[in-house]
Parts: sequence; structure tokens; C-alpha cells
Amino acid sequence: MTSNLVRGATGDWEVVIGLEVHAQVSSNAKLFSGASATFGADPNQNVSLVDAAMPGMLPVINHECVRQAVRTGLGLRADINLVSVFDRKNYFYADLPQGYQISQFKQPIVGEGKLRIDLPDGSSRNIGIERLHLEQDAGKSMHDQHPSKSYIDLNRTGVALMEIVSRPDMRSSIEAASYVRKLRSIMRYLGTCDGNMEEGSLRADVNVSVRRPGEALGTRTETKNLNSLRFIQQAIDFEVVRQIEILEDSGEIDQETRLFDTTTGTTRTMRSKEDAHDYRYFPDPDLLPLVISQDEVDELAAALPELPDQIKDRLTGDYGLSAYDAAVITEERETALFYEAASQQHDRKLVANWMTVELFGALNKSGQTLAECKVTPKRLGGLVGLISDGTISGKIAKDVFAVMFETGGDAANIVEEKGLKQVSDSGAIEALIDAVIAANEDKVAEYRAGKDKLFGFFVGQVMKKSGGQANPGIVNQILRTRLDGGG
Amino acid sequence: MSVDKTTVAKIARLARIHVPDERQQAIATELNGILSWVDELNEVNTDNVEPLANVTGHSLPMRDDFVTDGDRIDDVLANVPESAGGFFVVPKVVE
Amino acid sequence: MVDILDLGAVEARVALDAGEISAVELASAYIAAAEETSGLNNYVALTAEHALEMAAASDARIAKGEAGLLEGVPIGVKDLFCTAGYSSTACSNILAGFTPTYESTVTANLWREGGVMLGKLNCDEFAMGSANETSAYGPAINPWQAADGADLVPGGSSGGSASAVAARSALLATGTDTGGSIRQPAAFCGVVGLKPTYGRCSRWGIVAFASSLDQAGPFSRKVADNALMMQAMAGFDPKDSTSADVPLQELSAAVTLGVRGMKIGIPSEYVLDGMDPEVVTIWQQGQDWLRAAGAELVDISLPHTKYALPTYYIIAPAEASSNLARYDGVRYGKRVEAESLDEMYALTRAEGFGEEVQRRIMIGTYVLSAGYYDAYYLKAQRVRRLIRNDFDTAFETVDAILTPATPSAAFPVGRKVDDPVTNFLNDVFTVPANLAGLPGMAVPAGMNGDGLPLGLQLLARPFDEATLYAAGQVLEDAAGFVANPTRRAGGVS
Repeated sequence: MTSNLVRGATGDWEVVIGLEVHAQVSSNAKLFSGASATFGADPNQNVSLVDAAMPGMLPVINHECVRQAVRTGLGLRADINLVSVFDRKNYFYADLPQGYQISQFKQPIVGEGKLRIDLPDGSSRNIGIERLHLEQDAGKSMHDQHPSKSYIDLNRTGVALMEIVSRPDMRSSIEAASYVRKLRSIMRYLGTCDGNMEEGSLRADVNVSVRRPGEALGTRTETKNLNSLRFIQQAIDFEVVRQIEILEDSGEIDQETRLFDTTTGTTRTMRSKEDAHDYRYFPDPDLLPLVISQDEVDELAAALPELPDQIKDRLTGDYGLSAYDAAVITEERETALFYEAASQQHDRKLVANWMTVELFGALNKSGQTLAECKVTPKRLGGLVGLISDGTISGKIAKDVFAVMFETGGDAANIVEEKGLKQVSDSGAIEALIDAVIAANEDKVAEYRAGKDKLFGFFVGQVMKKSGGQANPGIVNQILRTRLDGGG
Repeated sequence: MSVDKTTVAKIARLARIHVPDERQQAIATELNGILSWVDELNEVNTDNVEPLANVTGHSLPMRDDFVTDGDRIDDVLANVPESAGGFFVVPKVVE
Repeated sequence: MVDILDLGAVEARVALDAGEISAVELASAYIAAAEETSGLNNYVALTAEHALEMAAASDARIAKGEAGLLEGVPIGVKDLFCTAGYSSTACSNILAGFTPTYESTVTANLWREGGVMLGKLNCDEFAMGSANETSAYGPAINPWQAADGADLVPGGSSGGSASAVAARSALLATGTDTGGSIRQPAAFCGVVGLKPTYGRCSRWGIVAFASSLDQAGPFSRKVADNALMMQAMAGFDPKDSTSADVPLQELSAAVTLGVRGMKIGIPSEYVLDGMDPEVVTIWQQGQDWLRAAGAELVDISLPHTKYALPTYYIIAPAEASSNLARYDGVRYGKRVEAESLDEMYALTRAEGFGEEVQRRIMIGTYVLSAGYYDAYYLKAQRVRRLIRNDFDTAFETVDAILTPATPSAAFPVGRKVDDPVTNFLNDVFTVPANLAGLPGMAVPAGMNGDGLPLGLQLLARPFDEATLYAAGQVLEDAAGFVANPTRRAGGVS
């Protein structure tokens, strides 16, 4: 692994990063009320009297949210706590109607686990998970609607969140981004969080500190509510530079909460300090201990889908794919399933290549998702099959693919219709070669005189004459005997 | 443990209750009276005693994941002191 | 002719079904009584028109033979219960003008069984108090008068409920009991009050004071009436996670069971220094009555009794400080306009909450705050378990426990007390049942030398309200107590 140390003016610094990720639980209704958890309704439309904290309203927990937390815990190879407790986290804010957030403080539903991250250089490593707990989301305050007023929408109030807390195990912004990417991927495989960062379904608070290698942890700052991988990296990179500058200037880092400015890519101190965080946690007396049975946990475990790490291991191990290709293919479950289906009876590596280069390229260009596109796994596999059995060349295959992407047609049919079948008949190829040699006698002489580089020229001419359909292997082979053999 | 004026100010701030300066000392005295009275609990040996948060002895009942509520903005805003366009309205918050 | 107001609820039901009286007649009589005794300030809102409509509907159902358990019975509702379309303020300025669009489960149960809502009853602000003197509507008055003619408190927090039932301006009333708020005013006013087992009555739609202690319960003049009302208001409610899915006993039948063979515990720790000797006497009398009815009296010990009050005064304010955070001027109730949000909160809450409520919020905030949580809150939770354990041990040998309901009879309105702790002492006998989640009943047992009612308290195992009704009926029969409060009998201007 390459070193992650950051060079400052006075020497090297080590970056220490821990993440708190807030992931919205995929569910129909909210954690403690029957209002819809859907995004995008009119203001205060998805609000029940419980969410609005009307006098006398009481919370009742949504079983599915509990199951989703357990599934996620299992996906993070974490301990599931059969007994957990909901606490109240007390603070005043306009978008927190109860004056407290129901959360889990001392006894979370999920304990320690680990997450394997895949780094761009193809290496992987484990990041510790400290805990996962269930809690309520807050509402939304809008500050730009009126010069002296804030507007409050409680639609998100009470939507179930999983807060997933990592160990401070990450050493670079790239690792942090890889962590969030993998976490998102696992939750999407599990169907426990849609991972939609733009809509706020997944947000991260990053804790960053720097220290001299081998020394004790430095003072950390927490930058809140980052809702894209790019912002996470930017915020960390900015904090690292800022903190190193302060420390090298003999200054001290304030332990504080900071806000990220998406337009400038910088962080700044929050103006409203939160009362030194005296949240006065205590067990919510409206709720009883949450007890789940081992049987239910086992049932959920048995029904878990195969997760990206397992699939990736098979792809790199059994199928011989590169770590990079395997990581790309397994990030999304749909892609992994597509790949498995497409490559089932075909050259695994070749299918991987076609997916990551041609298919993803075309999707990118057209702005389509895999689910929207007309190419089915079977069709893509068929195309690769035609290459493998020599029916078409790789070059022709690209033309076939272009048609397939447009129409969703079968590769063999397209080849048939367009007459693109590769010519492997050596008699036909010999005729082409003869014609090329006859038309370029001067070049033949030069070649034979030692200008080896001209071989490629002859191959090109033959292929051109065949309209690209000549089997390049056979062309090479015959050309070689004809030119070198002096015939 | 003794509550002074500073502590009263801090608690008042946490509880979001405005306490005028001239009231702080009186409240401090009152709170100290109550707190020294409850200090009586220190006589009780509670080693190895589990805290009792709720007496029912039951575990948390759970509901199914159906949307059964919401879509009642008239109820939600029925008693609101100030609203606009379906939003609650408060003095501007500076983050 | 018998005064219609003299009928108990069970008797009224019989008369209604027999067509001897109509629900409208009965409601009208109670409305008139409430208006006549308005000086007692036990109603904060009389919903006369609504009551007459409900009564007319009851008459129609009775005529069709579709009467519910409480069909046509006029009931007053503590202002802590949310009643759809009717102001519900917990007697606090901070909820001034608040009109819920929803009905509490308990009151909905009462109306489903044909109960007729008379109006909303006075109480201590957010149920915090033992004299009904912290109400934003001013104190409710006890219909019993001191010998010198001074106004007495009805107790609290459900003071309006106890006062109205005693004054015959409500046949039945709802109350809530967090530390004695049903049993103590019942004793002060000479009526029957039950605090059910925690979890028996749904808390949904009741303004919360301390969630792990709050329980709604019935007030009545007679034990049998109380059982009838309890039968209607209790029950499992999926909207309250702490509601118990335990079948309700046949309570109305229980009043006839008697106490023969029952073991009744007498806790030595309930004898306090300087306790009113008349309270001791009435307690002794209660023991004799039960023994005479065939019960076996057993001396028991509840060693942690003296720690119940300090435990309560940590736990209840802690929960309250959090429960009352929602009153912030944003979505309902009072708002004091200000430049900043924090200022709006602080001013709204300073003006909206009364002194006692503020005091308890401050204590609660303090005991939960960083550095004090373990020393106060957690310590109190541990002692709470010991208190519960005391009762569990006692109930291994006894079926019920008999204690005085209060350390004294009702005291004058406006009694000046410098030390808030002195006021807390009113709850000394009632608080343990809340901490332990047990059912408890206050039954009028007699009068002191000043002609003021004194009550006894019965406690039983969780979910065994039936035993309370059985024993309570025995006490009622033996005491032969006649509720004839001075201010009612003498007329109130």
C-alpha cells in the first residue's frame, strides 16, 4: 500500500478520519408514526400528529425499520444486539418538534462490525464499524424564503435513519470516499437504503484530525452533512490542509462542528454553537426496550442476498478478473447480476471487458441506466460468444454492439442481416492477399529487404479489402507465410 | 454539589426558559433546597441494582410498515401561531 | 322525590334504562349544578350544548336498546385530556387557545360507551401540584369547608375532578395520577379515586407529565360507580407502546366479592413522625373493618418507602423537562414574538409556564445534565427498582396493602409555604405506587374533628384492580360515609 502521509512544511503528517453516516432506512412509513417516508411531497404533507409533536402523541415503532437495521448490521458483519434501548437526545431546534430526537445512545441495535473498502489501486482493507443505531430524522428549515423568517417543513421529521459510526481507521480522503461508496453499495444490495445522496438519503459527518506519525490522536473537527462523495473528499482535503497550517504555525485546533460550503469547497465554524452538546440523554419513557429474537435475526440472515465482497472474491478468484473490473462490476447489485447472467456460458474476462468498456461507455453517453437499456445479459453474452468462436472480429463486434444498444437485437441476427460474418475461409483470404501483394510489389520488396514494420500495412490492406470481415488471425498467418516464405 | 447563579443561567439556557438575572439567586437557593433533600438517596446502597426505567416488564410492541397517517395538513396547522404556504414560520435561524 | 343528583352512576344507568329519567334530564341537572357551583372554579370550560346533544343521542340509543356501559352518564374531563374541538390546555398559559383535532383514547372510550361530556375540569398546570393552586385558571376549591369557613384546596393535581364529583356537578370524572394526583384529591374531597396499574389506561392524547408514571383513572362518589367507569375507560391501545395487553377483570362484579380470606398488609413504614393522629385513627379503623369482614391483617415492611419521594422528585421532573420541550411556540399554543428563535423559545416558555412548572423543568434539566446524570437520575432509577422489589416481596404474602391516603386532611387555599419540599410531602403515601406501577385506590373512610373527609388507600398487585374494588367496597360499606360537603349543602353563591 502506498503511504498516505501528507507532507507539510515541517515534516510528514498522518491524517485520521472517522465517519458517521446517516442512512435513510427504506420503508413505507416513518420510524415512530404512520406517515409516509416518501421524499418530495408538499410541505407538511407527510406529517402525522406524532411527527408534529402535538400534546399527548406517542411513538410506536415500525417493525420493518428494525428489520432493515438488522439486515444492515448483518451486511456489516456486525454483532446484533437482541436487546437495545431508545433514548431521548434533548435539544431545541425549529425542525425538531418534540424538543428531542429519539435515538439510541447506550445500547444500540447493532454493535461492532467491519467493512472492506476497495481502493483505486486494486487493494482492499478493513475499516472498523463501531456501531449502528436507529434514530429519527429531523425536519427541514429553509432560510432563504423570507428576509427575517425561517420556514419549517416536517415531512422528513421522524423518518427512520441508521447512524453508522466507523472507527477512526481511515487515513485519506480517498479511503473515506471508498468507505462511503462500499457502505452505500452494501445497503443498496440489501435494499435497506436507496443511497440517494442528492435527495439526502445518505449523508456523512466527517471527523478529521492530523498527527505526527506514531503520535497520539490530534484534536478533531466534525464537518456535518456532506451529501456527495466529492464533497466528502473536498471537505477532508480542506480540513487536512487547514489543520496542518494551524499546527505548523504553532496554533491549536478547536474541537468544533464545522459546515461545508459546497460552492467554495471550504469548511467554516458553525455560528450557532450547540450548548456544548449537553444532550441530556435518558431512556425514552414512552418506549420499552426493543427486543428481537435470535430466530428473527437468523431468518433475516438466511434471506440476505450475496453481497459485493463475496461476488468480487469470486470474480477475481474463480473468473480471474482484475480487482478493478471486479470492483466496478460489483458496486451495484444490478450490474453484478447482469454480469453473472451475461458471462454464464461465455469468456468471463471478455464479458467483463465488454461490460466495463463498451456497455458502461454507451450508458454513460446516453445517460441511461442499466435497467433502462435495451441490451439484455443474454444478448451481451451472445455477442461475446460470436467473438470467441471467431464468427466476428472484435472490431465488427463494436458495430454489432452499437446496433444492439439501439435496437436491443440479437447479435447473431444483426450479423446475419448486415452480412458482417467474419471470413475465415482461407481460400477467400488467400485471394485477397494475392490481390494486395500484386498491387504493392514495391512494398513487398521493401519488406523483404528488412523493413519489418510494413507487415502491419499489409494486414490493414487485407482487412480493408475484406470490409473488416476477414478473420485477422488467419490473415496474419497466411500473410506471414506468403511474405516470409518468398512465395 | 451546589447550584450557583451561573449554573441556574446554564440550566435556564438548556431549558430555553428566560430567567431574569435578579431571579437567578432565588432559584439557585430553591434548587439547592430540593437537591440537598434528594441527596438522602445516597444513604441507599444501590450496588449491583439495575436501574428501573419502566415497570411494565414487557418489550416494545411493533407495528407493520403501512402508511396509515399523514396527509392532514389542516390538523397539523390547526393551532399554528404563524404559517405560510403550508410551512411553519419562525424567526430566522442563523446556522 | 329523590334528587336526581343523588343517584350514583350505576343507579342512574338503571333509572335511565327503566325510562325513569332521561339522559337529557340528567345532563341538564348536572349543567345546572355546575353553573350553580361555579364559585368552586372546578370547571375551566362547561360544554353544556355539547353535553345536551350527547345526552339526546344517548336517549335515542337507550330507546333502541343499544345503551353502552355509561350511556347517558354525565362525565367531567380533566383538562389534561385532549378533547377534539374543545380547548385542552393542561391549565397552562402555554397552551392557551389550543384546540386539538383529536380525542384521547380514554375519553373516546368513555364516549363510545355512551358517556356524556360535561366539560373540562381544573387541575394543576401540567398536573404538577398537590393543591390545584398552580392552575393558570386559578385554584379550584374544595366543596368541603374549613370549620372557620375558609376555602380549602381540593388537592391536586386532579383537584377540579375531585371537587366536581364531590360537589355533585359531575357524576363521574377523569383524572390522571403521576404521584398521587387522583388518590390525594379524592381523599381531600371525600370521593373514590383509582389510579390503575401502569399500562391499564392508554396515555394517548393525554398531555404528558412524566411518561413512566402517568396513569389516567376514574373519580366517583361510590366504589361501584368507579368500577363501572374503569371498565369503560381502560383497555389495550396499540397507539401507546406502554399500554398493557392484559385482559381487564370483571370489575363491576368484583365489588361484591368481599375480603373474606384476603390477606391485607399493613406497612410499618407508613407511620410518620408528627402525622395527624386522626389519620392514624382512621387507618386503624380501616384495619378493624377489613378484619371484621374476614380479612387477615399482616404486618409488612416496605423498607425503601422513605426514599420514594426524593426518587419521584428526580424521575418525574427529568421526564417532564423533556416532555415539555415541545411547548415552544412554533406549532401551537402561546408564542411570544422575538427577533431570534432562541429568544422566542426562552420568552414564550418563561411567560407560558407557571412558577412550579418552571421549577420542575429546571430540576429535571439539571439532574439529566452532563456530570449529574449518574448521581441523580441513574441513582433514582436504581432506588426505584428497590421500591418495586419491596412491593414484589410484600405481594408474595399479601393480596392488598392498606395505608392512609394522605398525611392530613385538606388545607386552606393560599397556605404559604416557603420550602417547596413541604408541598411535596402531600404525596408521601401515594408516590410509591406510581414508582412501582401498582394500582391504588383512595376510598373515603370518615371525617376528622373539623368535619373534613379522610381517605384510606388500598394497593394491589399489578393488573389486580379487582381486589381493590372488592376491598374498597368493604371499606365503603363499613364507613357509611355520606358525601355532604358544606359548601354544597349550604349552597354556593
